[in-house]
Amino acid sequence: MSEHFDAIVVGAGPAGNSAALVMAKAGLKVLQIERGETAGAKNVQGAILYADALERLIPEFRDEAPLERHVVEQRVWLLDERSHTGAHYRSDDFNEDRPNRYTILRATFDQWFAAKVREAGALQITDTTVTELVRDEGGRVIGVETDRDGAPLYADVVVLGEGVNGLVGQRAGVRPELDPQHVALAVKETIFLSEEAVQDRFNLDGEDEGVVIEVMGSVSAGMVGTGFLYTNRESISLGVGCLLSDFQETQIPAYVLLDRMKSHPSIAPLIRDGETKEYVAHLIPEGGYDAIPNLSGDGWAIVGDAGQFVNSAHREGSNLAMTTGRLAGETVAALKREGLACNEANLKRYRHALEQSFVMKDLKKYRRLPGVLHGNKHLLTAYPRAISQAMQTFLRVDDVDKRSKERRMMSQFRAARGGWWNVFTDALKMARAWR
Amino acid sequence: MTTSHDAPKPAQRMEERLYKNRYLVDEGRPHVTLRRRAIDSDELKSLVRLCPAGCYTKVERGRVELSLDGCMECGTCRIVCQATGEIEWSYPRGGFGVAFKFG
Ligand SMILES: Cc1cc2nc3c(=O)[nH]c(=O)nc-3n(C[C@H](O)[C@H](O)[C@H](O)COP(=O)(O)OP(=O)(O)OC[C@H]3O[C@@H](n4cnc5c(N)ncnc54)[C@H](O)[C@@H]3O)c2cc1C
Ligand code: SF4
Repeated sequence: MSEHFDAIVVGAGPAGNSAALVMAKAGLKVLQIERGETAGAKNVQGAILYADALERLIPEFRDEAPLERHVVEQRVWLLDERSHTGAHYRSDDFNEDRPNRYTILRATFDQWFAAKVREAGALQITDTTVTELVRDEGGRVIGVETDRDGAPLYADVVVLGEGVNGLVGQRAGVRPELDPQHVALAVKETIFLSEEAVQDRFNLDGEDEGVVIEVMGSVSAGMVGTGFLYTNRESISLGVGCLLSDFQETQIPAYVLLDRMKSHPSIAPLIRDGETKEYVAHLIPEGGYDAIPNLSGDGWAIVGDAGQFVNSAHREGSNLAMTTGRLAGETVAALKREGLACNEANLKRYRHALEQSFVMKDLKKYRRLPGVLHGNKHLLTAYPRAISQAMQTFLRVDDVDKRSKERRMMSQFRAARGGWWNVFTDALKMARAWR
Repeated sequence: MTTSHDAPKPAQRMEERLYKNRYLVDEGRPHVTLRRRAIDSDELKSLVRLCPAGCYTKVERGRVELSLDGCMECGTCRIVCQATGEIEWSYPRGGFGVAFKFG
């Protein structure tokens, strides 16, 4: 029989790295397996990094991690075909010693994170795809098979941090097949500019300050989806994603949406003369609370995107991946310390820890949102257009008196939704989904 | 809703879009293969538009052809055709396939 480990972690994304780090630090014998040539070679994110989740794992990360810019300004833009209506919030308070949000590039960030896992004592192998879970006669998971020659690898517990399109868990039947309504397809480009151009175009002071823009409205062409534009040190990350079921319905190619976004009159000047050095595509879990599968069983646990842990209302994923990875790792480490088996009953502690954390609380809060958006696509099209019309009526100076303008704005708004009653019920639906 | 399965003309040719990406090709070992039926399903045909890397193209007599050159391993085609059984999808051997520089 080949070597036996306390834990095998599948995947070196934020979820797998967090789980492996915590267990290795606790002195467990950990093997982590990643299919990419390096950690990060297969991974895509916008990418905003939320510091808190990482700081709980690596308090000194700000001194070491490859960070692009800390976020000093958040913009939210509602687009119609030719305009945007926006809310901007910038504060010098975000220029603090320990900023809360950063932009990153996942390929380099994940390599750094994985190196920290090795430093903590985990054995890490890349270039290796896990093909199957190995079970004993009783059905308990006892290890994994890989595409390398050789015997299976055994462990007391297998932590699946294999991401949204995770085949291992699915093949083993520990999690269900993905539903096109529960995933978004996102495409993204990394567009290079000079550092000065990034700073000038976004009114930034120095190489560390950054701006992030979330884009809604016509970017998604009536589908449930959003776009984003984030500033890196000398590049812009620009992307758009919509529910796969909506892409199936409209048959609009994702790259056509991306091209439209890039040529929008409000966005084109921000990326002008930039050089695209990469075009990527990836899925995002969007099913929310109700799509979360069973999270553990005899000898296995699921962390991160593989467990549908994304809060799409707030565009949070990597922090949920890190937090679920950390809590799963802490659960396993505690069981080991107490001399308890990693069986179905004992691993339930992981789910319990999640219920106590912001992860499940937030996902529960927004559990109705996917359904509401899915059934009410007009929320994403009618309002941006109506708001844009109203803004124009308001801003254009001509010989129409202000009271008439106000009346016109109101009637444009009402007409956009075919009557006030519809506006009222829309507001009610959104309020309930957000509650 | 459109009924055509031809991909619309994008602002840029797919090869141009993908040529800066980095791939380590596992010669002779495609990680996605087609299990052909007598007639291609609508789901399979829809991949001409849905695959973000343009791996699926329509060839003569309306049949769909797969060329994995630009595949980014997103999994979209796997999910879309899960019910029809026309696609056999697995990850490339460790280390092969797309290798993102930025992600
Ligand atoms: C376009 C886009 C924008 C996003 N923006 C943001 C954002 O701004 N902020 C945010 O917090 N989140 C964002 N997210 C979500 C975030 O990227 C994910 O939630 C996060 O990456 C999940 O981490 P993970 O470790 O669970 O999965 P992943 O990062 O997908 O990692 C899974 C790992 O497992 C490996 N793997 C898979 N199968 C195998 C196998 N069989 N054998 C070996 N290894 C395997 C993969 O190669 C990969 O390294 C975004 C996602 C996308 C696609
Ligand atoms: S995995 Fe994604 S990129 Fe690759 S062929 Fe399928 S749809 Fe296209």
